[in-house]
Amino acid sequence: MPLELEVNGKHHSVAADPETPLLWVLREELGLTGTKYGCGEGECGACSVLIGGNVRRSCQVSLRAAAGKSITTIEGLEQNGRLHPVQQAFLDAGAFQCAYCTAGMILTGVSLLRQNPNPSPRQIVEFMQGNICRCGTYPRIVQAIARAAEAMKKAPQ
Amino acid sequence: MSEPRDTFVPEPERCEFSEGPAHHFDWSRRDFFKLAGSGVAVALVVPAAAAQESGRASGFRGGQPLPQEISAWLHIGEDGGVTVFTGKVEVGQNIRTSLAQSVADELRVPFDTVRLVMGDTSRTPWDMGTFGSRTTPTMAPQLRRAAAALRDLLVEVAAKQWNLSPAALAAADGKVSDPASRRSVTYAELARGQSHASLIPAEDPVTPASRWTVAGQPLPKVDGRDFVTGRHQYTPDIRPEGVLCGKVLRPPSFGAALVSLDPRDAQAMPGVVVVHDGDFVGVTAPRLRDAERALAALHAEWKTTPQPSSRELFDYLKRNVEEGAEHGGPHETGSVESGLAQAAHRLEETYTVSYIAHAPLEPRAALAEWKEGSLTVWTGTQRPFAVRDELAAAFHLSADRVRVIVPDTGSAYGGKHTGEAAVEAARLARAANRPVSLLWTREEEFTWAYFRPAGVIEIKSGVTQGGKLAAWEFHNYNSGGSGIGTPYVVENQRIQYHPVHSPLRQGSYRGLAATANHFARESHMDALAHAAGMDPLEFRLKNLSDERLRAVFEAAAKSFGWPRKRERPGQGFGLGGGVEKGGYLATCAEIAVDRASGSVRVVRVVTAFECGAIVNPDGLRNQVMGATIMGLGGALFEAVEFDNGRITNPLFSLYRVPRFQDVPEIEVILLDRKDLPSAGAGETPIVGLAPAIGNALFDATGVRLRGLPMVPNGLKI
Repeated sequence: MPLELEVNGKHHSVAADPETPLLWVLREELGLTGTKYGCGEGECGACSVLIGGNVRRSCQVSLRAAAGKSITTIEGLEQNGRLHPVQQAFLDAGAFQCAYCTAGMILTGVSLLRQNPNPSPRQIVEFMQGNICRCGTYPRIVQAIARAAEAMKKAPQ
Repeated sequence: MSEPRDTFVPEPERCEFSEGPAHHFDWSRRDFFKLAGSGVAVALVVPAAAAQESGRASGFRGGQPLPQEISAWLHIGEDGGVTVFTGKVEVGQNIRTSLAQSVADELRVPFDTVRLVMGDTSRTPWDMGTFGSRTTPTMAPQLRRAAAALRDLLVEVAAKQWNLSPAALAAADGKVSDPASRRSVTYAELARGQSHASLIPAEDPVTPASRWTVAGQPLPKVDGRDFVTGRHQYTPDIRPEGVLCGKVLRPPSFGAALVSLDPRDAQAMPGVVVVHDGDFVGVTAPRLRDAERALAALHAEWKTTPQPSSRELFDYLKRNVEEGAEHGGPHETGSVESGLAQAAHRLEETYTVSYIAHAPLEPRAALAEWKEGSLTVWTGTQRPFAVRDELAAAFHLSADRVRVIVPDTGSAYGGKHTGEAAVEAARLARAANRPVSLLWTREEEFTWAYFRPAGVIEIKSGVTQGGKLAAWEFHNYNSGGSGIGTPYVVENQRIQYHPVHSPLRQGSYRGLAATANHFARESHMDALAHAAGMDPLEFRLKNLSDERLRAVFEAAAKSFGWPRKRERPGQGFGLGGGVEKGGYLATCAEIAVDRASGSVRVVRVVTAFECGAIVNPDGLRNQVMGATIMGLGGALFEAVEFDNGRITNPLFSLYRVPRFQDVPEIEVILLDRKDLPSAGAGETPIVGLAPAIGNALFDATGVRLRGLPMVPNGLKI
């Protein structure tokens, strides 16, 4: 029985093993390769997506568990050619080096700002603790999320 | 006693040494224009002696001088777009941006008209690889020379059209203009209908840093938008029609040999291909999950052999020095023995550093595709041409039948010099007769890649009553020769690197052995300062004549507020610095120790760095910051643990890397020396942190920690 997935507002019928991690469904079945494999144990955050608006590790969520829920990946943040304020803030702050972690960082940041539109630097650091940037751009990421919060206050989404 | 030498140049790290290819690059001009389209192009030829890294590595073959070598191409198309062809690769260090800046600057074109083709063995000239902080000091000036020649060529074309002397014309903003008549013509117009290519020598003078306009600016990362939208395709993201997923069966431990394999259960699975070729066993399947299941269904029997373990590592290193591999003996000046005899204070210490892992967030990956006996592999490697040769050797192909393409890669840090995943994917693709994509798991990356070498360092030294270094003896076992020479003035010295039969596969790493050697040297200097009753900064400056190194120490100290007074228990301050790969570094650190819990927190770091003329201050700041944070891991808690041939912490849940909460307040001070050539900067800023933290720990507690990592399980005192 194919399962129904809603990703970035589009409905898909997926005929894969229901226990397949969502990460590989996104990448192999839907061609959404912006979501990255980093560790497969939910420790690095590279595979972060939003499920029902909350950040989840897609390597730890099965297709069965994700079915029927609203999923947002990095490909779904840009609207009509306009970057999400968190994407724009990462770009403006140069908050990446190799950028392999960036999609996961941005989606985790988006999730934080949905829960707390006005986080302190300490709250940003605590919320982002599960995401690894091996290049060490952490200070710029904190700065980018803080700037995005400012931008979103001025122009609410 | 050997003759004193003015400069001490240890031999290159063995893991970064590479021979040039047996054949030279001889792309024909016709082929070039077929690929690049018509326009005007220059190929930069470098003399053999200068072609250490791009072009070829050795100047003579069979006693015959070789032709000069092409190190880079520059092409300007009919639309005015500039394409740069270089064998260097982008792994997050931001050279796609900084090299484009240098070309735009020299060619006098807008930055956004320059595009780089990088690390593609069929389209770019041969290159040794992207490592050793060499791109900025070597490739950037080479591209500048090519750009200067292309600019001159365009001016000549315009001069001919207008029947004027080239000297009367000016080039700026993508145009050649004649100031007298005020007419101008764009580069695009000059390139139209042309198929003109010149070979140009490497001697053209280039614009000095004081007159740079595009270089020197903090321009943002090229293609940044593709990275924040997920559009950029790293190797595992390239999925051609019909691509299969590959997996490789790994031995249970290092040194294990395959005794028998029963593949029948796996072979019976739909869509699965099993490949068994010598010791290599792998599977392909349409999806990862199927491939994982097939791999699990293979029944293999292995014969293991006893292997070393990390608890005996440092004894092992001392016991397994390579016989006859002393590389010409020690570097020696004066007499250490007579220096020690004259010293008022003598000190003898041993330092150790553990194996650590690069842990690039994109693990090793490759996509391989065979077509009509030719092989194309996309893979994230720092040495595309070496991987091409590795593939050619593995499959008995001539190098022209193998193409390696390196998409901008999810980091490397010296950890991606080799082509394991490329060879594996190619072997599987040949058997499956379909393109195969292979992505190592995190556990594979932690186990089957290679490690930053562990090492033992022994130092014996003496200092006079007046606080001058009198003797310096320094032995490094296994970790390497980078940064082994002391920058301090000491007449009597003996310095030696001792290669060891390494118990683990080891190789390059950001900064190489410079981290270990600086940790030992700068910690020992701190101990000597205390022995002599001097302030650690004052002691260093007293023994330092190198003005550039003095300048960074003074800059860091000033901004840090050195010397600081302790305001609360557990607070400590330390510093460390040095010169490596042409970069000058000083780092000050403040730490906080909680004696009750044993927790050690780095509170504040000030790093001053000088690498000549700065090409992109924003990219440089990012690199210095990143190196500092990466250095925290190796200084405090990172260590690869192994037991009888098995890595026992091969996951991020077991191997701790720096995270958001580990990051101190970091201040980066960049000294821009426009009068000096630019040096690379991706590596050296990592070397000062560990000794600065260790010295701060001593300041706070009176305990000197002589092993990296220093506090993997907190401080027990």
